[in-house]
Amino acid sequence: MNTRLQIIALYKSLIRESKKFSSYNYRNYALRRIRDSFSENKYITDPTKINEQILGGQRNLEIIKRQVLVGNLYQTDKLVIEMKK
Amino acid sequence: MYRHINKLRAYNSALFPKKCEVLTTLTNSQTKYNIKDQVFDGRPLYLDAQATTPLDPRVLDAMLPYLTSFYGNPHSRTHAYGWESEEAVEKARAQVADIIGADPKEIIFTSGATESNNVSVKGVARFYGAKKKHVITTQTEHKCVLDSCRALEGEGFKVTYLPVAENGIISLEDLERTITPETSLVSIMAVNNEIGVKQPIAEIGRICKAKKVFFHTDAAQAVGKIPLDVNAMNIDLMSIIGALYVRRRPRVRLEALQSGGGQERGLRSGTVPTPLTVGMGTACEISMNEMEYDYKWIDKLSKRLMDQIFDKLPHIIRNGDPVQTYCGCINLSFAYVEGESLLMALKDVALSSGSACTSASLEPSYVLRAIGADEDLAHSSIRFGIGRFTTIEEVDYTAQKCIYHVTRLREMSPLWEMVQDGVDLKTIQWSQH
Repeated sequence: MNTRLQIIALYKSLIRESKKFSSYNYRNYALRRIRDSFSENKYITDPTKINEQILGGQRNLEIIKRQVLVGNLYQTDKLVIEMKK
Repeated sequence: MYRHINKLRAYNSALFPKKCEVLTTLTNSQTKYNIKDQVFDGRPLYLDAQATTPLDPRVLDAMLPYLTSFYGNPHSRTHAYGWESEEAVEKARAQVADIIGADPKEIIFTSGATESNNVSVKGVARFYGAKKKHVITTQTEHKCVLDSCRALEGEGFKVTYLPVAENGIISLEDLERTITPETSLVSIMAVNNEIGVKQPIAEIGRICKAKKVFFHTDAAQAVGKIPLDVNAMNIDLMSIIGALYVRRRPRVRLEALQSGGGQERGLRSGTVPTPLTVGMGTACEISMNEMEYDYKWIDKLSKRLMDQIFDKLPHIIRNGDPVQTYCGCINLSFAYVEGESLLMALKDVALSSGSACTSASLEPSYVLRAIGADEDLAHSSIRFGIGRFTTIEEVDYTAQKCIYHVTRLREMSPLWEMVQDGVDLKTIQWSQH
């Protein structure tokens, strides 16, 4: 049960951090990739494999946090399709 | 001296006061486009994945430490700065080797695919030039291979430029027939940069192995996108962007182009740029893990784009084989529309009419002429490049804009009017006054 909560927390923070990407393309890719990864790995039962995936997710969370910062340093104008919304 | 610099700074900041402002947005917000009552602002969408792709944040994250803290020269053997950089370079070499099923010792880092192609084509031909003076390539290769071959011709080599069929693929019988005991090298690209056609690499590799000829493939557009294995496909040399694979067993020998400190097994002298190789290695690792996932996504977007365009517009031709192709590269000819005017109209989408190297010239692409496209169709072609970071909304926007502008441009075209009236343009005798 503990792992389950841990996974949900990881998912939520991955999504929350990815939404902060200033680049439209990076943001949308990150959200899509996170959602797809979690649904792909939904049926893994082997605890070591689950652990491996959690560690990978945590590493990616760190990367996302750092890269959101870098992206914010060099922002550009929004894309045409973002302006229309 | 110091005072002098300070004075200069004061002078500069008076001249360019904005220069010192905080860099928050790299902006072009002054650009407002106005094309036929359509005013919009914002940056254009990027659909030119064959020219270059956005840098993956995961790759940048791996590179940044080597652009900041770990700046040692990887060839410095006497201190820790050198060792840590060397370790990073060797890890990257293994990652690059992994994606093509090679041994890390067989990977050489270069400055780009152009250098890799130059080294392979000229290097092999020159090394074996005393006995063998024949090289085979195709008409649709990238300029850097074709130009290297031209240079060899100047040195007295004989070069055969194999023609391609209408679908952009070479004929294996032609190839087999052209190989002579004089032939030292066959150089054929894996995925074409303009029309996305995949050549039958494994079959070509088999023929070259049977005939004991070295096989070089330019895989700049293929590595990380489609599965490649140098051993299964009998590839002796492979150009990757920023790296070159050279087989060790049986050994392929090359004459180096660059003289210097003898780095990279003496084949490419010059200090290896640690951050770039680290980025390359990480990119290879990510692409290997994500290849299937990315391919599915790109295939889906590519079908979506084509379905929308083919559904709404008649007289569209897809250049190159529709099956033996990499789905992220779609080259379409819009009949009765001038390609350059369409590109101008589609200012809010970054597209190209072909290779970035030749996009400055208005000449029709030699690749399209090689597949037998009519001059007018070659002039009306546009390449759509889809990558990992392309979204569904971007594809829909592009398709919608494309349909709108092609329809608009055709309505203005007298040729289109004649076609609508049932005139066959080929039968017209254009008189010159």
